[in-house]
Amino acid sequence: MHELSIVEGILEAVIPEVEKYNVNKVLSIKLRIGELSGVVPECINYYFDIASRDTVAEGAKIVIEKVPVTIKCPDCGYDGVIKIGHFKCPECGGTGFKIISGKEYYVDSVEAE
Amino acid sequence: MEIKIVKQILEWNEDVSKAVIDELADKKVALINVMGSPGAGKTSLITQIINRLKDKYAIGVIEGDIAGQIDADKIDAMGIPVVQLQTDGACHIEAMSIQNMLPMFDLDKLDVIFVENIGNLVCPAEFNIGEDLRVAILSIPEGDDKVEKYPLMFSTTDALVLNKFDMLPYFDFDVERVEKNEKDANPDALIFKVSNKTCDGLDELISWLSAKISEKTGK
Repeated sequence: MHELSIVEGILEAVIPEVEKYNVNKVLSIKLRIGELSGVVPECINYYFDIASRDTVAEGAKIVIEKVPVTIKCPDCGYDGVIKIGHFKCPECGGTGFKIISGKEYYVDSVEAE
Repeated sequence: MEIKIVKQILEWNEDVSKAVIDELADKKVALINVMGSPGAGKTSLITQIINRLKDKYAIGVIEGDIAGQIDADKIDAMGIPVVQLQTDGACHIEAMSIQNMLPMFDLDKLDVIFVENIGNLVCPAEFNIGEDLRVAILSIPEGDDKVEKYPLMFSTTDALVLNKFDMLPYFDFDVERVEKNEKDANPDALIFKVSNKTCDGLDELISWLSAKISEKTGK
């Protein structure tokens, strides 16, 4: 629901960076978004088309790479993916772990010309 | 060509949230982020807390709502400094809003600010606002599956308050299921079973909150 703030954040992250490279056009923007975040990709595309008008990023394609939730279990040493809603170590059933990934929310890279 | 960026999309929120943390550390004011669905009992819980803690601490409240100031009027009637934050449709409160609200309080005279977030189990959990504590309220009529359905909210909260606990006989609400899922989502979270109406269970919650506020204020 807060996709407009996210889109503004994307443009704030992208535009100053690409300006350093003397590019004419941003073709695509790759986002890495954790599965624990509630972002709706369709909404991002919709708001992005509006918010990017008259900027170097106008018309760029948004590519979203979902990042799975991974943990490191202090009890059995399991280091890997868990399913959302099953906050348990799949190896030993332990719960005292730290979430390593799955909350990401960042611009990874852009393709520009 | 490919340009590597690797920048947090909500980086400004993290930066501002750190600024809020620094300012409130300096002033020794605790900030408590109260979250939950519309109707879960956020305002009622805050008024109960105010009634029990107002002689011990100087309390302020930030009321977040999409529109109107019904909740702020309730708090104001108790003689507590309150600021109504209207988000004009936004589904959450950001750190920037808190930073803009802080100058409206006399921070030298306050010990704790309660922030009543927008009624929503999704978006508020994604935005740190510089809080010391997160308190998530889930009321019995909402159902016992919410912890599983909204993992970010319940895995990042410091306390889960099961409100309207006096309604338990009237709903098919499996308390054990919620307790188990909450412990799975966040082993450190404390669970309080309360009723704002009958006041049952509030004492435990209040003494925990009071200890946390005292840690920050030194009082």
